[in-house]
Amino acid sequence: MRTALSSLAIACACSILALTAPVGPARAAPESKDPIKITLNDWTGELISAHIVGEILKKAGYNVEYVPADYLAQFAGMGTGDLTFAPEVWATTAQEALDAAVATGNVEDLGGSGMQAREDWWYPEYMKEKCPGLPNWEALKKCGEAFSTPETAPKGRYLGGPVTWGGYDEERIQALDLPFEVVHAGTDAAMFAELKSAYERKAPIILWIYVPHWAPIKYKGEFVEFPKFEKACYEDPAWGSNKDAKYDCAKPRGDIFKAAWSGMKKKWPGAYEIVKAYKNDNKTIGELAAKVDIDGKKVEDVAAEWVNSNEAIWRPWVKQ
Amino acid sequence: MSIAAAEPAAPARSIDPAHVFWVLAAVVTAAVVMLPVEALPAWAWKYPAAWQLPFAAWISSFTKWLMDSASFGLFTVRDLTRAISWLLDQPLSLARAVFATGFVLGQGSDAVTVFPAIPWFSMVIAATAAGYAVGGRRLALGMAAGLLYLAVFGQWTSAMVTLASVLVSSVLGSIGGLLIGLACVRWRWLERAVSPFLDIAQTMPVFAYLLPMLILFGFGPVSAMVATVIYALPPMVRVTILAIRAVPEEIEALGRMTGCTRRQITWKMLVPTALPALMVGVNQVIMLSLNVVIIASMIGAGGLGWDVLTALRSLNIGKGLEAGIAITVLAILLDRFAQALALRAGEVEAQATRRRRKTIVSVALAVAAALWLATALLPAIAPYPEAWKLSTAPYWGQLVSWINLTFFSTLEAIRTAVLLNVLVPVKRFMLALPWPWVVFLVTAVGFRFGGWRLALTVGLMAAFPAVVGLWPATMITVYLCGVAVIIAALIGVPIGIVSAGRPRLWRAIEIVIDTLQTLPTFVYLIPIVMLFRVGDFTALIAIVLYAVAPAIRYTAHGVSRIAPELIEAGVMTGCTKRQILTRIRLPLATPEILLGINQTILLALSMLVITALVGTRDLGQETYSALAKADVGRGVVAGIAVAFIGMIADRLVSAAAAGMKARRGQIQ
Repeated sequence: MRTALSSLAIACACSILALTAPVGPARAAPESKDPIKITLNDWTGELISAHIVGEILKKAGYNVEYVPADYLAQFAGMGTGDLTFAPEVWATTAQEALDAAVATGNVEDLGGSGMQAREDWWYPEYMKEKCPGLPNWEALKKCGEAFSTPETAPKGRYLGGPVTWGGYDEERIQALDLPFEVVHAGTDAAMFAELKSAYERKAPIILWIYVPHWAPIKYKGEFVEFPKFEKACYEDPAWGSNKDAKYDCAKPRGDIFKAAWSGMKKKWPGAYEIVKAYKNDNKTIGELAAKVDIDGKKVEDVAAEWVNSNEAIWRPWVKQ
Repeated sequence: MSIAAAEPAAPARSIDPAHVFWVLAAVVTAAVVMLPVEALPAWAWKYPAAWQLPFAAWISSFTKWLMDSASFGLFTVRDLTRAISWLLDQPLSLARAVFATGFVLGQGSDAVTVFPAIPWFSMVIAATAAGYAVGGRRLALGMAAGLLYLAVFGQWTSAMVTLASVLVSSVLGSIGGLLIGLACVRWRWLERAVSPFLDIAQTMPVFAYLLPMLILFGFGPVSAMVATVIYALPPMVRVTILAIRAVPEEIEALGRMTGCTRRQITWKMLVPTALPALMVGVNQVIMLSLNVVIIASMIGAGGLGWDVLTALRSLNIGKGLEAGIAITVLAILLDRFAQALALRAGEVEAQATRRRRKTIVSVALAVAAALWLATALLPAIAPYPEAWKLSTAPYWGQLVSWINLTFFSTLEAIRTAVLLNVLVPVKRFMLALPWPWVVFLVTAVGFRFGGWRLALTVGLMAAFPAVVGLWPATMITVYLCGVAVIIAALIGVPIGIVSAGRPRLWRAIEIVIDTLQTLPTFVYLIPIVMLFRVGDFTALIAIVLYAVAPAIRYTAHGVSRIAPELIEAGVMTGCTKRQILTRIRLPLATPEILLGINQTILLALSMLVITALVGTRDLGQETYSALAKADVGRGVVAGIAVAFIGMIADRLVSAAAAGMKARRGQIQ
């Protein structure tokens, strides 16, 4: 037995040696054959975007590796070149982290991905009966009671995003004089757990939802229509219905950016051009996400399918 | 040392000064809270921003310097840490290749498999044989059942990724902890120097030092492993120090007399003698390593932690639970295997049984190896067939939905009652306390338990959060953890007392607390949120569930260790059962119970990272927000504040326990 084990050990050792030995004349190739590391964050839309970009890069002959990474921690990884590309950086949730990373000079903002994040107050369809007049925001003025819980009564309970997301909801409530109180969820997992719970019981809930996301596909409901966002609304108190307060309007719709390690341009110029040119839209990603979250298909398959049937879209991005 | 011990057995004539101290402290505190705002100057209520020290900014610029430009001349700090990282990557890559990825040439999508990873059937056979070799039939059955769970429930691939990293980090953590512990035994000054770092490593939320670590060690499994080892190593060091010191002096003397070298005494005599105690440390390293699996997966470790995270993000509770249970299964398998290995070290077996066992094991291992080789030629047979997979995931989701639909109003009533009658008043009270009084009170308690030295240490640590401007977040932390610890003690101590001396009950309870300690909190956090909404009550339940384990464990241990003669003496003098409990068992077990509470406090603090995810506004949230804003200094400062709360509690409780032990010694 011992000999069997030791021969196995030798076999292993050999393969390790083989691993560390230089593979082929890497220097002769025009671009690096090192893997381009694409980050996988923990929501379906991003996973699909990442795999679509990855598939296109593979078709263009690049070596791709997917690395699971925390949404916020990934910037440190891109700063050092341990990670190469993040396909979805939402202006609404990670603007500060992105700005800080870009300021170091080690991370590059590759511009919008063509998708637009919308985030605002959202309620399930059944709440329309209990609060007639929705989705117009003015209906909320009379609906505090309908959305209340024991600790907030008689005010309504609005479930806001994690404190880190910002969003000025406290200010919005003040400015628009809504009978509501903000309760912050710590993560969006917790937020959607509450939505699921309330939806099952047909209980009152109003909360911060962002799209593209699977929740508004799975659960029927609508966004509250606040006065449309304009830059002046966030800067000038005189704007809007409340002459003395800012934030008396909806939240801005934010771009979803792409970001990369700034060394990518030099190491994989062709791949850099591809990821820079990559564009998609809410509808496509939303539908693909629904295929995964609702029909139970695999992310890899959904992304590969899209890449195979939409060559006309991505082929021009690949420079020969 | 301690005042309590120094007091002579005073004739119980008038009032006990100890009671005067506590009554006075309580009365003044109550009075201070009720003071009108004008009674104290404004700076006492709210620490003025102008007095704050910019620790956060200092730390930020220090880490920036460390990461970007610090240099030893020939190479930078970052070069050094990257070299260490490369070194650590070697055993890790090997383990990952064997268990998960197979040996490959090239990287990324260009990789070509040279030799496959060990297939599931070989692994089951080999692990069962190994279990039989070290622990007999029982362990063999356990190994087979555990690994088959992983295969049948479709967790195999992820579980092997996690196994590889946990295996390597447990070995590194155990060996590293043992070596540091031995060095501390040899050089006392080192112990004093290392001790505060151990406390900080154990209590500081990982989020606080995540960013600098990612830059220094790179984004990926190695960083995850470094974080794991930092968190899991301290108990091993502590246990080593205790265990080696507890070895009877005669053994060392014998070694010296027979002319052993120092090295021989350490490795041939002290370590083997202390082995059973050392294994407690190994157990803790394994448990804690599996504990950070979720956070490790966020920075590139992948595996089961990532599955739990993604499943719960899409609210797939059943899938998250199955992946979570796979983590627990791994923990229990690794732990039981390590325990059996240690037990066997001292055992002598009959020649015949040994030979028979050896044959069985050899044959099984040979079969496993042959099957592994076969998969290299026939890769198609390696994966576990899809059709044989089972999943109970939908049922768990349905169960939670059913509870939600049926019992929500009852649960809501309980939640509201606890919130309005307990949590909110305690929170208001803590936030109303003026900071100078709290710092003074902590200092005074320190003086009472351990003299001026302890007083100074805990006083300075208590002042820290005020000085850095984190006072309100700190008080919310103290309130949340304080209430959780009290509830955990109220549940844990009675369970510990009842289960001590009832082996069968104890075995059942042990499984429950092992599960609670290794099942990722996130798994039960999301259902709890569904039933109780986000907020302090949900955080409270999560903390209590996680921190109750040591309260039970230490109480049971303490109560069952009481000398039977003392109980008998009680019975003979005609004590009732109740009297035996309150007059003999509890007082004698108190020091042990206090140590359990001490651990409960530390575990409660380590849960802050998780509670931040359900929307509390405490120091955990502060470290999390700092991560979101890439502000290293702010995160580290908040992390230090958490560590200081833990250290204050630890120092005070330990001093109290020491005092009590000394007094008990006097009585006996």
